[in-house]
Amino acid sequence: MSSQLSSAAQFEELAMPLFDSLYNFAHWLTRNREEAEDLVQETYAKALKGFSTFQPGTNFRAWMFRILKNSFLTSRAGLARCKMISLSDDEQDLELPAATQTPETELLALRDRQAVRQAIEELPLHFQEVLLLCEVEEMSYQEIAEAISVPIGTVMSRLWRARRAVKQTLLNRTQKAKA
Amino acid sequence: MTCDAWSAKLDAYVDSELPAEQMEAVHSHLRGCPSCTSQMAERLQLKRAIGIAGRQFSPSAELRRKVQKQVGKPQRARLGWLAPAAVAAVLLLAIFFNFNLRIGNEALPQFREIADLHVAALAGSNPVDVTSTDRHTVKPWFQGKIPFSFDLPEVAGAPFTLLGGRMAYLQQSPGAQLIFLVRQHKISVFIFQDRPPVNGGLSSEQRNFPPSLGFSGETWAARGLRYFVISDAAADDVKALARLLQSPPHS
Repeated sequence: MSSQLSSAAQFEELAMPLFDSLYNFAHWLTRNREEAEDLVQETYAKALKGFSTFQPGTNFRAWMFRILKNSFLTSRAGLARCKMISLSDDEQDLELPAATQTPETELLALRDRQAVRQAIEELPLHFQEVLLLCEVEEMSYQEIAEAISVPIGTVMSRLWRARRAVKQTLLNRTQKAKA
Repeated sequence: MTCDAWSAKLDAYVDSELPAEQMEAVHSHLRGCPSCTSQMAERLQLKRAIGIAGRQFSPSAELRRKVQKQVGKPQRARLGWLAPAAVAAVLLLAIFFNFNLRIGNEALPQFREIADLHVAALAGSNPVDVTSTDRHTVKPWFQGKIPFSFDLPEVAGAPFTLLGGRMAYLQQSPGAQLIFLVRQHKISVFIFQDRPPVNGGLSSEQRNFPPSLGFSGETWAARGLRYFVISDAAADDVKALARLLQSPPHS
């Protein structure tokens, strides 16, 4: 009984500091407050239940995000969103024109938080998640690989393409606004 | 190694994912290559913009309560009689350290962002939007562009030359960036309104930039404005310009 209590206390101590981050990530994935709230609660319930299987010394944050991601994929919102995802490989998944080198216009667009948010929103799920885990959660490539269960090379490739896509979207938006 | 080869490493460089010796090698190359520095600055700006825009959603207090209840007892109940003692201990520590926890040497986001803005401006082909050594030309240029006015000191007789100014944004707040030259080094002076989020975590007292940023710099608040001075110039030069800016207003 006492070991159960200490295990629960340990889980709480490790898991609660991740609450804000998990919610933000869940909201990006589900695009909906209610669905995000359900997903976060489900994540904590599953993680608490499976905490005994967590191996001390491994990355707890990546473990929590992996549970959230897997829970999302089997949720109604996840299934709906996955229907929109092409099953082709990463390289054909995002059509990108050649990058246009206009740093001034790009910098102008970067100052527009709403425009950047929309550019992230437009990304397919598997690019968006890598980008958010890297730039918002400041995870290492290795940690991201563990969180979404893909090889580290895939993380780097998706990250590169996601950044390029965001940059191109912002450039297009700025050029349209100027035209 | 060609610039193309260096360029291929820049993503991993801005993500701090290169081994230490490669980080150092890229860093050395950037010091002598304006083209790669410009590319690095672009990547850094994009990274920062995505990081800011990506922190979009906050959970409700109600959800926090539900999850807290789900995983354990509420914090207050668990602490029990220890809670008042813990609060008293924290208060005593805060008094003891004279609130130095708040004004310690940690790199607040503002410092990192200021360093990025400084590097990005100097890496660009046009570091300033208004080019003039005359403060009576530079200051009026900002009228209507930023929601405040500021005083610019006379630098004649000092080792500083005003090169010009440009608009800057810190934590999405508009402000002015002025660039001065001293002994072939450029110093950026950033001026914003002294209010959140620009001054989040900063006291009104003067404070040096954390050494980990690799720049000399100071920040302080005066007359409702928040100033940041940053450069790779000698710390004494940065301090001298800061003192000049803190001198009584000129007409």
